[in-house]
Amino acid sequence: MIKRKRIFSKAVRTMIAAAFAALFLMPTVLTMANSFMSKTEIAANYGAILDNASESRKGSRTFVSEKVNLKFIPDQVTFSQYASVLFRSPEYLLKFWNSVILVAPIVIFQLLIAALAAYSFTRFRGRIKEIIFFVYIILMLMPYQVTLVPNYLVSKWLNIINTRWAILLPGFFAPFSVFLLTKFMRRIPVSLIESAEIDGAGEWQIFTRVCLPMSKSSLFSVAILVFIDYWNMVEQPLILLSNTDMHPLSVFLSKINTGEVGLAFAVATIYMVPTLLLFLYGEEYLVEGIAYSGAVKG
Amino acid sequence: MKKNRRAKKRLISAVYLSPSLLGVLVFFVIPFVVVIYYSFVDNPINREFVFFRNFINVLQNEAFLKAAKNTATFSLLTVPLAVVLSLGLALLLEEKIPWKSQFRTFFLSPMMVPVASIVLIWQVLFHYNGAVNGVLTNFGIDKIDWLKSDYSQVVIGILFLWKNLGYNMILFMSGIANIPKDLIEVIRLDNSSPWAAFVHIKLRYLSPTILFVAILSLINSFKVFREAYLMTGDYPYDSLYLLQNFMNNTFQSLDYQKLSAAAIIMAAVMVVIIGGLFLVENWFGKDVEG
Repeated sequence: MIKRKRIFSKAVRTMIAAAFAALFLMPTVLTMANSFMSKTEIAANYGAILDNASESRKGSRTFVSEKVNLKFIPDQVTFSQYASVLFRSPEYLLKFWNSVILVAPIVIFQLLIAALAAYSFTRFRGRIKEIIFFVYIILMLMPYQVTLVPNYLVSKWLNIINTRWAILLPGFFAPFSVFLLTKFMRRIPVSLIESAEIDGAGEWQIFTRVCLPMSKSSLFSVAILVFIDYWNMVEQPLILLSNTDMHPLSVFLSKINTGEVGLAFAVATIYMVPTLLLFLYGEEYLVEGIAYSGAVKG
Repeated sequence: MKKNRRAKKRLISAVYLSPSLLGVLVFFVIPFVVVIYYSFVDNPINREFVFFRNFINVLQNEAFLKAAKNTATFSLLTVPLAVVLSLGLALLLEEKIPWKSQFRTFFLSPMMVPVASIVLIWQVLFHYNGAVNGVLTNFGIDKIDWLKSDYSQVVIGILFLWKNLGYNMILFMSGIANIPKDLIEVIRLDNSSPWAAFVHIKLRYLSPTILFVAILSLINSFKVFREAYLMTGDYPYDSLYLLQNFMNNTFQSLDYQKLSAAAIIMAAVMVVIIGGLFLVENWFGKDVEG
């Protein structure tokens, strides 16, 4: 009797989890599935919400259905949307490259600067250090609406507004990874560092030979989180880069007009590939990184 | 000799910290101090000290008040929901169920969807002729123009929950993993109900995590306006006119005084709320922290 009850509650739990999973996955799956549909099929499914769908497809309005159909399996799998993106619309590839040259340096330099700072916060603790660390946490927690004005002002003074530096430089120094890496590094056993010290290792050696190798996985965790955050940036380029030629794909994609919904799905899928790879190969690191980001106290 | 070594240590520590500290000062702290200064003068050129006039102006500005009220309503409704639901999901995955790690991955998947895709799909779902209304009409319910009605906050609320529950769930899962196992065992042997065990042990041990998830959700409830803005533009339906819209519109007219004062008010409110949450947590979880 008790056993039967247990099996029943297990089934219920699994079903609840499955229902949530379906809801959570739906947009991802929908984006990918729709990217393999032909332009006609997209127009037929989404015609009801596309203002200019009829304009782009004159004469074939009969295809357009009155309401939206959510379709997860294309009638016919086609790569035509991808072909248009790759061969006929070079601007998408340019914007993709824009994203890369904004995000890659930010991830690399933010981690480098943060690793040095985290070492300092780990190795040498004192009242002043704790106060500085607290300021970092406060800065990290400020919403973008608050930092927007200071952000704009400083790039104007330094005369870097409308250049990539306006996004790169604040990115290099963002306090988030300092906070997270410090949390990780403080977990390294003090005895390990002390024994290296007794062996006559200098600070640089302790940093590069002990602390960095010990934090390899945490560096990777932080890198994934920073990457995801900046890969999807929208506000900063809109405010700091008036020249749209420099905009990353995340911004450009959001301005795609409704007539090109099919393309939008294909571009979005392409844009998801790097994050998807990180998910497939680095999920453990991602989860560990998130788990540690919760340790604001202690 | 010893003093010398301490001084040397201090110097080295400063050297390692300096790149980050310099950058943080130049790009975050100093401009923020200037913004505080701007909020107390009449304009950046004249620089006449006007005390709290800018603040009073902002607080009497109808657009700001509306934006603040809408934002507060949104956060008050969604943040507790985000905490409860993500704790529920974490507890669900703590139980013995199959495909646990797959479920975890699926719950995290919203993190990788580009903003533009999210916006597109939400429009497909909640447009007047969209999928949700399609389902509703099948049940004989009248169509709702989701984004142009009082339900607009619900639409954005769902988006917020969808996007953030996975991340919060991971935080709770790691919090649950840190509860001493023998304590749970003791309660189980005590033969008290699972509900009592949950309230007395789990919730208390989880209180730092609850605090952090609440703070994080609060901040993320501001971030979701990125999607809201892309969906509805500069002047959305009344109940979706949020602080982000106010800041953006003020920004376009480059009214530094209004902007600075509004930013300072927001920062102050954030500090008060976060400080308050810390106090509540300290009181609630005091006997389990050592």
